[in-house]
Amino acid sequence: MDADVVKAQVFKKAAASRRAALLPPRVKEKGIELLLFLAALTSVAITVGIVGVLAYESFAFFRHVSFIEFMTDRQWTPLFAEPHYGMLSLVSGTLVTTTVALLVAIPSGSLIAIYLSEYAPHQVREAVKPALELLSAVPTVVYGYFALLFVTPALQKLWPDLPGFNMLSAGLVIGIMIVPYVSSVSEDAMRAVPVYLREGAYALGATKMQTALRVVVPSALSGIAAAYVLGVSRAIGETMVVAIAAGMQPTLTWNPLEPAATMTAYIVQVSLGDVPHGSIGYQTIFATGLTLLLMTLVFNIAGHVLRKRYRQVY
Amino acid sequence: MSSENAIDKSIKPASLRGIIARHKRADLLFALLGLMAMLVALAVLLALLGQLALDGIGRLSWQFLTSFPSRFPEQAGILSAWIGTLLVMFLTALTAVPLGLGAAIYLEEYAPRNWMTDLIEINIANLAGVPSIVYGLMALGLFVYEFHLGQSFLTAGLTLAMLILPMVIIATREAIRAVPPQIREAAYALGATKWQTVKDHVVPYSMGGILTGLILALSRAVGETAPLLTVGALSFIAFLPHPPWQPERPFVSFEWIFDPFTVMPIQMFNWVSRPQEAFHLNAAAAGIVLLLMTLAMNALAIVIRARFRKRIHW
Repeated sequence: MDADVVKAQVFKKAAASRRAALLPPRVKEKGIELLLFLAALTSVAITVGIVGVLAYESFAFFRHVSFIEFMTDRQWTPLFAEPHYGMLSLVSGTLVTTTVALLVAIPSGSLIAIYLSEYAPHQVREAVKPALELLSAVPTVVYGYFALLFVTPALQKLWPDLPGFNMLSAGLVIGIMIVPYVSSVSEDAMRAVPVYLREGAYALGATKMQTALRVVVPSALSGIAAAYVLGVSRAIGETMVVAIAAGMQPTLTWNPLEPAATMTAYIVQVSLGDVPHGSIGYQTIFATGLTLLLMTLVFNIAGHVLRKRYRQVY
Repeated sequence: MSSENAIDKSIKPASLRGIIARHKRADLLFALLGLMAMLVALAVLLALLGQLALDGIGRLSWQFLTSFPSRFPEQAGILSAWIGTLLVMFLTALTAVPLGLGAAIYLEEYAPRNWMTDLIEINIANLAGVPSIVYGLMALGLFVYEFHLGQSFLTAGLTLAMLILPMVIIATREAIRAVPPQIREAAYALGATKWQTVKDHVVPYSMGGILTGLILALSRAVGETAPLLTVGALSFIAFLPHPPWQPERPFVSFEWIFDPFTVMPIQMFNWVSRPQEAFHLNAAAAGIVLLLMTLAMNALAIVIRARFRKRIHW
C-alpha cells in the first residue's frame, strides 16, 4: 500500500520533470527574465500614465483659458457663472500652509535630530525614534480631525476672532506631521558622520553644542538639506488636513489667519461635487494637478541632486 | 608673533574659567531645547490620541461596527467602510505584490547597467515623491474614463497599488541587497539557474525585509484618502458589495470588484466635514478604528522585522 503511494509519487514527479523538459531551461529562464523586466517597466508606465493624463487634460484646458490669465488673474472661480482662472489664489494658499508647516517642522525636526544623534542616551533614542515614526503612520484624515477639532479651538482661545477654518492650524498640524520625516532623515545623516571628527573637536576643547553645530551639522549638511526638501515636498502635496481644516475657498491671501484653499484642497472639492467628465471644471483639476506635480518635481529633483552630488565621503 | 603674545596675555585664568562656564551653560540650554522639542512632538502625539479616544470611545460599540451609515448619527456605523477597506486592501496587495517583487528582483538580480535600468531607477525614485492626490487624478482619467472600470473596488485597489508600488520596490530591493553574494555563488556552484537561485535562496532569505516593507506600505494605503476621493468614492453606501463566493462552481465570484466602494478614511472624512457635533463623535470613533488598524499593521511589521533579524546570522 505504502509502496504504491510512493510509486505513484515517483511517477508523478517523473512526468512533471518530463513536462518541464519539453521547455528548454534557457527558454524558461529567458521567459522569467522578460516577465520580471515587464514588472519593472510598469513603474515607467505609471509615470507615462500620470504625465499623459495630466498633460492631455491640461492641454484641453489651455485651449479655453489663456496661459497668461492662468498665471496672472487674481481670482480662481472656475465653477461660477463668471469664471476666473487665476492659479495664483491656489498657489498662495499652498505656499502659506507650507511655510507655516516648515516653520514648525524644520526647527523642531532639526533640534530633535541633533538631540537624538548627539545627546540622547542609547535607550532614549531607541524608544523615541519609533514613537516619532508613529507620527508619520497616523492617517492624514485623523490629522485633519485633530486640526479642526483640537488645534483650531485651542488657537481660538488665544485669538478669539480666528475663523473656524484657517490656514494656521492646518499648517501647524502639517508641520507636526512632517517632523518625523525631517528628524529621522537628518538624524541618519548626522549619525553617518564618523566619530573621529567629533573626537577631534572634543580634543580641541569644544563643547557638545559646538561640536554638533560646527562639525557634525556642516558635515551632514547634504543629508540634512535633503531632509528639508523632502519635508517641503510632503507639505505641498498634503491634502486631507488642508481640505478639512483650512476651508475650501480659493482666496488670494498671504495671511495664515484666514481661510483659503490649496491646490490639493481644490482638487478634493471638485471631486466631491458632480462635475461632468470633459467639462472645463473637470479639466481645471488636471491643470491644478499638473502645476502641483511640477512644483513637487522641482523639489524632488533638488533633493535627489543634493543627496547624490554633495554626499561627503569620509 | 606679537599677536599671539597678545592673545596669551589677554586670556587670564579667571576669564578662561568664565568662558568655559558660559559654554557649558549654553551647552546645557541647547540640550534642554532639543529635549523640549522632542517632548513637545511626543506631547502632540499624545494629545491627538487622547482627543480621539475621549471623543470617540463613547460611540464605539458592536452596533457601530455592524451598522451602515445613516442620517441619524446615533444609528450610523462603519460596516460598509471597514468591509470596503479590507476588500480594497486585498486588491491592492494582489496587484502591488507581484509587480513590486518582480520589479525589485529584476533591478537587483537581472538588470544590466544601461540607460534603460537608469531610467527605471530614476523613475521609481521620482514616483515615490509624487503627491498621492496626483495618483488619484491619473486613476480618474485612466481607469475610470479611459478603461471604463467605473468608480469601483477595482479602480480603488489599482490606484492604491500604483501609489505604494515604489515603496514596495524600494523596501524589497533593500531586503534582497542584504543577502550576501556567497549564497548566490554557492547556488550557482551547485548548478542552479539564475531563477532557481532567486526563487529558492535569495527571496526566502530576504522574506523578513520584504514582508516588513509590504506591511508598512499597506498600512500607509489603509489611511490614504485623497486619491480615492478623487476617483469618486461614495461616502454613503448602505449596502454590501456582492459576496465574493457563490453556491456553484467555481465558488468564487469576482462580481464585487465592479461595485461602488467606500473605505474607512472616506467615511471619517465625510463625518468630519459635517457641521453637526454628533457626527464629529462618529468621526472620532471611526478614527479610533482606523488608527487601530494602522497601528496593528505597524506593530506586525516590527514583530516580523525582529523575528527575522534574530533568526538569520550571515
